[in-house]
Amino acid sequence: MSEGKSARVLVVTSGKGGVGKTTSTAALGAALAHLGEKVVVVDFDVGLRNLDLMLGAERRVVFDLINVINGVAKLQQALIRDKRLENLYLLPASQTRDKEALTEEGVAKVIAELRTKFDWIVCDSPAGIERGATLAMRHADAAIIVTNPEVSSVRDSDRIIGLLDSKTEKAERGEYVEKHLLITRYHPWRAARGEMLSIEDVLEILSIPLLGIIPESEEVLRASNVGSPVTLNAALSPPARAYFEATRRLKGEDIPMHVPNESRGILNKLFGRKAA
Amino acid sequence: MNLLSMFRRGSAPLARERLQILLAHERDAFDQPDLLGILREEILAVISRHVSFDPEKVQITMDRGKTVSTLAVDIEIPNRRRSSGPMRPYTRLMFEADAATARSQWTNGLV
Ligand SMILES: Nc1ncnc2c1ncn2[C@@H]1O[C@H](COP(=O)(O)OP(=O)(O)O)[C@@H](O)[C@H]1O
Ligand SMILES: [Mg+2]
Repeated sequence: MSEGKSARVLVVTSGKGGVGKTTSTAALGAALAHLGEKVVVVDFDVGLRNLDLMLGAERRVVFDLINVINGVAKLQQALIRDKRLENLYLLPASQTRDKEALTEEGVAKVIAELRTKFDWIVCDSPAGIERGATLAMRHADAAIIVTNPEVSSVRDSDRIIGLLDSKTEKAERGEYVEKHLLITRYHPWRAARGEMLSIEDVLEILSIPLLGIIPESEEVLRASNVGSPVTLNAALSPPARAYFEATRRLKGEDIPMHVPNESRGILNKLFGRKAA
Repeated sequence: MNLLSMFRRGSAPLARERLQILLAHERDAFDQPDLLGILREEILAVISRHVSFDPEKVQITMDRGKTVSTLAVDIEIPNRRRSSGPMRPYTRLMFEADAATARSQWTNGLV
């Protein structure tokens, strides 16, 4: 067992649902593990867990975060490990409807224990701004704000940024919580036609640094069908490349940002879809 | 599901199969007491009546399958006899419902 580590805690959050938090948690977690980091991804979506399914670990879940908090299970009994990527672990959420069981002290204890055993803790936040979301961000050193280039998503992200600056431990200590914008489900051709908010628009409105731009891609759907993060299942695909670049930026590397270009896929090209 | 049929039919059939297995188990979990949970508790209770073991050294592995699920309980028990040599510092008890566990890509525990 690798004691004596001191993990960096990330929260993947957004306010709005369906923007790609769970997809991104799985993809970034797998990418970090692939780059040699020891990673645990933690599902905070109590009652609606999905990270296990995205990772293909659903058959293996015995215990969950709330069992560990309640003392029903030890942390090492609840963790499940990926056989494809030895450094990648999952701490599943509970399917219980009793969200009260997720206590602030309990979460603090689990995160403190995880910190000594991993290099990275990646917390997948539930949608909304309630307890689950605030507990997921509570101990974060840095936040990844997942945003779609679309008005309601940008508005909710702005709200979440406010919470990060008030409800986290770091904020309460008067420290700054690092924030990174991850734009997902980006449609290059819609942006090109001016049908979708541009990257510049979103950056100007939210004014936090950009971590990456993940294009809309059927590889993401395929990866979720087979239960494997896209960075593992289709490592060379455009969304996986974008996730890998984002991961290296998280690790402090300085690499140029690629705006996904207008590759419309072979079918669209064949049928020569024209800009409207 | 082999690779070839996946190419032919896309990834949706695998998604369908995974969901069917998962949902069958989740619906059960809401309707009736959790059988694997009960087995786990009772196995541990029986063993702790006879030997003492460190709860941290218990590893429980589960695999929920389509027709069979497996529960494996792996308990590390310190040997009572002293100096049994460097090779066998403890005894290990393993219960497995089905040795041919695990098509799953995941396993339980921390290393
Ligand atoms: N880059 C992408 N391309 C295509 N589909 C995506 C992409 N990112 C996310 N999705 C899809 O969007 C849906 C919601 O994603 P999910 O990660 O569950 O969002 P959240 O956790 O924020 O609710 C899923 O069906 C997922 O497959
Ligand atoms: Mg989610």
